[in-house]
Amino acid sequence: MSISVKEVQQRLDRVDLPQDLIDAILGGLEGVEVTAEQLEEIINQVSADYEHARVEPCEAVGVVAAQSIGEPGTQMTMRTFHYAGVAEINVTLGLPRLIEIVDARKIPSTPTMTIRLTPDYAHDRDLAREVAWAIESTSILHLGSVATDLAEMNVLIELNPGPMEQRKITAEEVAEKLREETGLAADQKENLIVMAPEEPSYRELLQLVEKIKKISLKGIEGIKRVVIRKEGDEYVLYTEGSALRKIMQFDGIDPNRTKTNNINEIAEVLGIEAGRNAIINEATDTLREQGLSVDVRHIMLVADIMTVDGEVKQIGRHGVSGEKASVLARAAFEVTVNHILDAAVRGDVDDLRGVTENVIVGQPIQLGTGDVQLVAKRFEVKQ
Amino acid sequence: MTVPKRIGKIRFGLISPQEFRKMSVVKIITADTYDDDGFPIEMGLMDPRLGVIDPGLRCRSCGGRPGECPGHFGHIDLIASVIHVGFAKLIRKLLRAVCRDCSRLMLLDKEKQMYLEQIKTLDKLGQPTDDVVNKVFAEARKHKNCPYCGAPQMEIKFERPLSYVEEGHKLTPSDIRDRFEKVPNDDIQIMGMNPDTARPEWMILTVLPVPPVTMRPSITLESGQRSEDDLTHKLVDIIRINQRFQENREAGAPQLIIEDLWELLQYHVTTFLDNTVSGVPPARHRSGRPLKTLSQRLKGKEGRFRGSLSGKRVNFSARTVISPDPNLSINEVGVPMDIAMELSVPIIVNARNKEMVKTFVKRGPDRHPGVNYITRPDQRRVKVTDKNCEEVAEQIDTGWKVDRQLTDGDIVLFNRQPSLHRMSIMSHRVKVMPYKTFRLNPSVCPPYNADFDGDEMNLHVPQTEEARAEAEILMRVQENILSPRFGGPIIGGIHDYVTGSFLLTHGYKPIDRRGAMELLKKFDIAGLPQPAGVKDGQPYWTGKQIFSAVLPKGLNLNFKADFCYNCDVCKGEDCENDAYVVIEDGQLLKGTIDAEAIGAFKGKITDRVIKEYSPTVASSFLDKMTLLALRGIMYAGFSFGIDDEDIPKAAAEQIDEVTRTARENVQKLIEAYNAGELEPLPGRTLDETLEMRIMQTLGKARDGAGSIAGRYLGLDNSGVVMAVSGARGSMLNLTQMAACVGQQSVRGERIRRGYEGRTLPHFKTGDLGAEAHGFVESSYKDGLTPTEFFFHSIGGREGLVDTAIRTSQSGYLQRRLVNALQDLEVKYDGTVQETRGMIVQFKYGEDGVDVSRRDYASPDNVKRLIKKILEKESA
Repeated sequence: MSISVKEVQQRLDRVDLPQDLIDAILGGLEGVEVTAEQLEEIINQVSADYEHARVEPCEAVGVVAAQSIGEPGTQMTMRTFHYAGVAEINVTLGLPRLIEIVDARKIPSTPTMTIRLTPDYAHDRDLAREVAWAIESTSILHLGSVATDLAEMNVLIELNPGPMEQRKITAEEVAEKLREETGLAADQKENLIVMAPEEPSYRELLQLVEKIKKISLKGIEGIKRVVIRKEGDEYVLYTEGSALRKIMQFDGIDPNRTKTNNINEIAEVLGIEAGRNAIINEATDTLREQGLSVDVRHIMLVADIMTVDGEVKQIGRHGVSGEKASVLARAAFEVTVNHILDAAVRGDVDDLRGVTENVIVGQPIQLGTGDVQLVAKRFEVKQ
Repeated sequence: MTVPKRIGKIRFGLISPQEFRKMSVVKIITADTYDDDGFPIEMGLMDPRLGVIDPGLRCRSCGGRPGECPGHFGHIDLIASVIHVGFAKLIRKLLRAVCRDCSRLMLLDKEKQMYLEQIKTLDKLGQPTDDVVNKVFAEARKHKNCPYCGAPQMEIKFERPLSYVEEGHKLTPSDIRDRFEKVPNDDIQIMGMNPDTARPEWMILTVLPVPPVTMRPSITLESGQRSEDDLTHKLVDIIRINQRFQENREAGAPQLIIEDLWELLQYHVTTFLDNTVSGVPPARHRSGRPLKTLSQRLKGKEGRFRGSLSGKRVNFSARTVISPDPNLSINEVGVPMDIAMELSVPIIVNARNKEMVKTFVKRGPDRHPGVNYITRPDQRRVKVTDKNCEEVAEQIDTGWKVDRQLTDGDIVLFNRQPSLHRMSIMSHRVKVMPYKTFRLNPSVCPPYNADFDGDEMNLHVPQTEEARAEAEILMRVQENILSPRFGGPIIGGIHDYVTGSFLLTHGYKPIDRRGAMELLKKFDIAGLPQPAGVKDGQPYWTGKQIFSAVLPKGLNLNFKADFCYNCDVCKGEDCENDAYVVIEDGQLLKGTIDAEAIGAFKGKITDRVIKEYSPTVASSFLDKMTLLALRGIMYAGFSFGIDDEDIPKAAAEQIDEVTRTARENVQKLIEAYNAGELEPLPGRTLDETLEMRIMQTLGKARDGAGSIAGRYLGLDNSGVVMAVSGARGSMLNLTQMAACVGQQSVRGERIRRGYEGRTLPHFKTGDLGAEAHGFVESSYKDGLTPTEFFFHSIGGREGLVDTAIRTSQSGYLQRRLVNALQDLEVKYDGTVQETRGMIVQFKYGEDGVDVSRRDYASPDNVKRLIKKILEKESA
């Protein structure tokens, strides 16, 4: 007397189990005949096992998470290696990257983006290349050369037609951009642009050259290089430098599948939940790349404590640890004396609820077995 | 039953001068310490009322003996008030925010109201008020005239280190104090201070507390000379200047001298509080060493907070070198007799154990399970000696406490630093043994990260029933086989255990009756299984059958072994390399047992056993497996020597060929580069491209050499057996020993540093070739040429530096992580909260599952359950 898939579905809707287990039951029963009793038994068994797997109350999950991430740190490498697959772009990996993540740095040491394209662009190499040229920040050195004419006291910019065509920029546009940025006159004839500094001094001239070299003529500032790779049947862009907000608005780019390794940028553009997920993803990737297995739950907890109050906070003095409720815990971590002086002036009260505080005053900590209060009932033994 | 008392709260605050005087037991007026007879001088810095340090004396304040008396504070009346350095910056802020005339906070009433409310709400929410307070100071400073009395505010300059100048006129601490005294309480609150615990004028000291002598004990040197503590030295300075100041003032000395003395007093009080203030030269000892004063005592790793308060010393502990003993269970630890006789477990005598305890006491302290001390009901401790043991044994009665020496079966905690995770401290059962080292089963090395090259470990004996219960239930080795990091086993076979089981179970080598008995003689087994066959008229068994003897009944498992070649198409059970393990009903049918099956961190079998059976079954499996593996390795015989790195001549020639072509290819690349024919890789310069191509070529050459060597080295080679089974080392290590060491690198690049344009004078300037930049063509066995050796040492040095830096960096990362997360706890409702009750996660890990039991809540487990239930019904 087997029951229909719909009935199974309905029954499962009433079960309080994590989604992946419910999906697993559904998947396991697909195309199989089950009776109501069998389904009931399956649900009971799965629930019993799930109940067995639940964390016990009072478990010090924080310490376990910290140790689970910290301990493999000793086994990691220091070096920055090439990105798996893209030999052209350097990415910080290993321990320095992990430290960078928990430090919540505003800008990572090697910001990169992985840009995926919309279906109409993704499969066409030329279109992908076009996007790449468009977003890559173009400086004058990409297009030609800059020279100085000391006799005339001016700067000669010679443009190559080839790269200009590739990057879809004309000599007129270059000249216009230069005028805009420097505020100086730019004399453009064919592919030669001549500029002169305000005062004909040697120093000014050289400064102007440097300034011209730095100007971003086209593309997105901060995107220093773009590399195209074919992954499966689609083309993917990898960039050196990151500018999520601008990139997401670009034509041909799929904003849903485009990411950066700058956690703060993600939190800023997409919100704190996205920031939390970014921390989880980045930390998991870093650990996995080193061949270390750490359960996500630990990383989640770290990501959650970093993001609880709506902004990405560092693990350390200037973030989570510095904002603890307990004076003693803060004093025992770093900058001992200042914390005590400030606490005295403010008249702070330490409620002695955390671990360090109770260790300091010498009483049982209120975690794990220390958080359970049992009082034995005394009874007289009859002689 | 009494519930233990707890300290509920600690309130921080400043102490007022009145309170200083109230808690003081003596006013200190003389700078002298001891008189000529060595007695402390009254009203001196070592006044007997301040506490006792000399044994035999009693405290004049509380009557306590040294160790009982905590010491008592005295005080010095400062002739002129001085500023407390720690608050220098805050005093500046206050001076600027407060009217110089009427001392009121220079904000309008409306603003005050607003800020006060903000502060109160933040306080209620338990959030920092710093931002609001800083705003208050910034706003108050903007007022040029006092909104209340209209007095014009003057610019106050702060001059390093400790003076305040108001329009060219220096403010004395007394001036500042006078101003602060008038600040109304309400205004103080708006400035982020609590007027009950911290009035601003208390930041300026008029009375200096003198710490009790117990905090600054003087030591008597061997010569009989007394050496005073740094704090005492500083206090002597303060009193001297204070006295001189007083004398001068009373004598009506000129203002200039008074000011100088005032500054000097300020200096001494400043350095007494903190000797590292920038701009203030640190006070020095006669020898030139800077004094360690109050704030130095608190700060840093060895300071009071991190060194003494967070890290406490314990009794009932032992430390010695560790060594392996495969005959011990993983749950046991071998304790040397000497240590066992020193450590003890307290037993409270009751009617039932009285006679037993008496036999212990009668043995005295020198015959092993004896007794070291007994405590009588009146808390008097008696040392048990050879002489008094009989007598004491007779006196023993219920209620007495007897410190019994450590014996077999006692539960102890065992620890190896650095304690990076909770498996660094586990509890073991004691096994008292001869000799001087702690013994442990090598299988428990991975969680401790221990080896036996001289490592030492610590042992602690729990002293209470509660502690023993926790140790036994939560901390036993078998309860920690599964790591909470990834939910897999971290305890398992290492090194020879893996090799041994590999040698035993690989293939179907026949083992005769004698061999089988030999292998299984340590086990509690009634008989041999059915022979696998008959050879030369004799029955024989296979290693797989023998190994099955240690597997629990009913175990079913299939997996790929560690040495699986990852063929394109996996043939599963029909694997011709014997790399696919099939276990049915506790019988190893196919495949080879290697690191994947029983190794630490992997251990598929261990994993299944612990999850399907119990930790106890898993621990006995590990015990039996390790014994069998050692029998296995002894039965097969195993050794590794220099001749295991020999490769046939043909192979050597092929390797030479490979390296030669690699060199030639590199040369070709260089030529192409010089001729400008090299195509740059996208986004790279030509130089970088060349480097990358060369690295690639040379890398391939090493791999090529390795695979040639690998082809000639088979499973008859011990090195290959170790590498392939996952016991130790890798094929890369073997390749480097037998064929070619390969490219040496610094920061992932070829070696380039050295002279201009070349690494060593042996090469031409600008040589980009393989050997000029650290390619080591030789193998370790052949030996390296001098240049190769040099390059190799460069690479080796980088590795060493790398490890040194990494340990310190990851140590700090760990400390920060633990500090940030240590207070998080799963509450009874399943949420994760920190101390304030702030919810960090609504459900731990989004599904509320404990990592070490995550397999029970995995889709795989669900599939298994479904299969089991459906099969049961249909059968």
